[in-house]
Amino acid sequence: MEKTMNKVIITVVGKDTVGIIAKVCTYLAENGANVLDISQTIVSGYFNMMMIVDLAHARKRFGDVSREMDALGEEIGVSIKCQQEEIFEKMHRI
Amino acid sequence: MINIWEVNETNEMIEKENLDVRTITLGISLLDCIDSDLDKLNQKIYNKITTVAKDLVAVGKEIENNYCIPIVNKRISVTPIALVGGAACKCPEDFVTIAKTLDDAAKKVGVNFIGGYSALVSKGMTTADENLIRSIPRALAATDFVCSSVNVGSTKTGINMDAVKLMGEIVKETAECTKELDSLGCAKLVIFCNAPDDNPFMAGAFHGVTEADAIINVGVSGPGVVKTALSKVRGENFEVLCETIKKTAFKVTRVGQLVAKEASKKLGIPFGIIDLSLAPTPAIGDSVADILCEIGLEHAGAPGTTAALALLNDQVKKGGIMASSYVGGLSGAFIPVSEDQGMINAVEAGALTLEKLEAMTCVCSVGLDMIAIPGSTKATTISGIIADEMAIGMINQKTTAVRLIPVIGKDVGEIVEFGGLLGYAPIMPVNQFSCDAFVNRGGRIPAPIHSFKN
Repeated sequence: MEKTMNKVIITVVGKDTVGIIAKVCTYLAENGANVLDISQTIVSGYFNMMMIVDLAHARKRFGDVSREMDALGEEIGVSIKCQQEEIFEKMHRI
Repeated sequence: MINIWEVNETNEMIEKENLDVRTITLGISLLDCIDSDLDKLNQKIYNKITTVAKDLVAVGKEIENNYCIPIVNKRISVTPIALVGGAACKCPEDFVTIAKTLDDAAKKVGVNFIGGYSALVSKGMTTADENLIRSIPRALAATDFVCSSVNVGSTKTGINMDAVKLMGEIVKETAECTKELDSLGCAKLVIFCNAPDDNPFMAGAFHGVTEADAIINVGVSGPGVVKTALSKVRGENFEVLCETIKKTAFKVTRVGQLVAKEASKKLGIPFGIIDLSLAPTPAIGDSVADILCEIGLEHAGAPGTTAALALLNDQVKKGGIMASSYVGGLSGAFIPVSEDQGMINAVEAGALTLEKLEAMTCVCSVGLDMIAIPGSTKATTISGIIADEMAIGMINQKTTAVRLIPVIGKDVGEIVEFGGLLGYAPIMPVNQFSCDAFVNRGGRIPAPIHSFKN
């Protein structure tokens, strides 16, 4: 049976700067994570991006991706958070 | 597909409004550990707890990381120890050895608390029950994480007034035994009427005899989330108010349900219940009293408080029920004083008294909770307060509880600091008139009639 999706929500919040999306997407591409959706907005003057990513065929496990994204965020100067999708799905869908 | 606004709403609840899962509590039956040899019994208890719960803390942390939701406490509840230790323990000191075993097991697996140092004596006390109760002061002084509870009444059986009298003395003695720590032992001792078998919250959690061998129960929280949601509907009518609470409670509870199911799957232990609760902490913005203020009161304790709390409690249940497949435990709004900054403020402002708190317990879970009173309060007076609260539970077919802390060496106007989630509290005055003759009668209050409700 084909491996089902492993959807993860990545949120990036911080001061807007050049190359945030590029750096995050580069990391995801290098690690075989498929981006399903991206939306971006400004909340209280801060850059706010949400990505829905499928890790089913990724080369790394969720825990490692989460840690490395966190480190990448520190490098760029933004906060990057990885959460499995269920928490949003359960809270906002009946 | 989930959109950015929904993601932001959830994350704001977690980051700014203190949304958390208050506890994953693993209930463990110790009935199969029973042995007439005390050493063997202690060894079996230690082995069973450290085996069944060995992955609890790690799994809790994994779930926290997967969803970025704090799970504040990982706890264990066990079969009431009076039942487990009855065959082996011939005196209160024997029971204290079990308390120490529970404490050692809790420390080994890394949980925050272990509950179930308990006796169920709603109708009568066995010798084992009485020995356990008499051991409580020393057991709580000799351990760090053990929590104790005693069920002294129920709607079906009435109130065991002998036990109520004894518990007044035990609360005092526990306070004395831990007086160097501002009588902290009493913060780990609850007296119940209609105690539920599946409550995940401390200090009153125990694993009832009607339960399976092991079970996962989860307590949710989120007063800050409800308060924030209500701040957006200021001035609206009660329909809007109640709908808002329901919707918010639904969302909060869904997170608890998710965490419970995940914990159950990862630990290979069945899911029991979600306790739909608004459990405050001393953190700013994590207060049930603040919700009451948001509903329209200047302070908790003002006229209207009981009605506001009644509607809050009911809407939380209505919203939460649909969000979870199984609901149980205490389920409702908690009103501990020391653990809720808004309640502390209300006491300090003179808005909230012990008598008003008693009225509030008629319409919410659970009871007179984390209330500091003068250390000089007589044991019979404490028994009288316990009897009043038990009567409310018995007649209204609900769980009620008492967790009073007579702080030895301190008096009204002084502050007692418990630290951490237990918070701090101003010492509240207690009615000084005597109830000695009432408490000293002995015997039982008969079970109430279940018809002619007025």
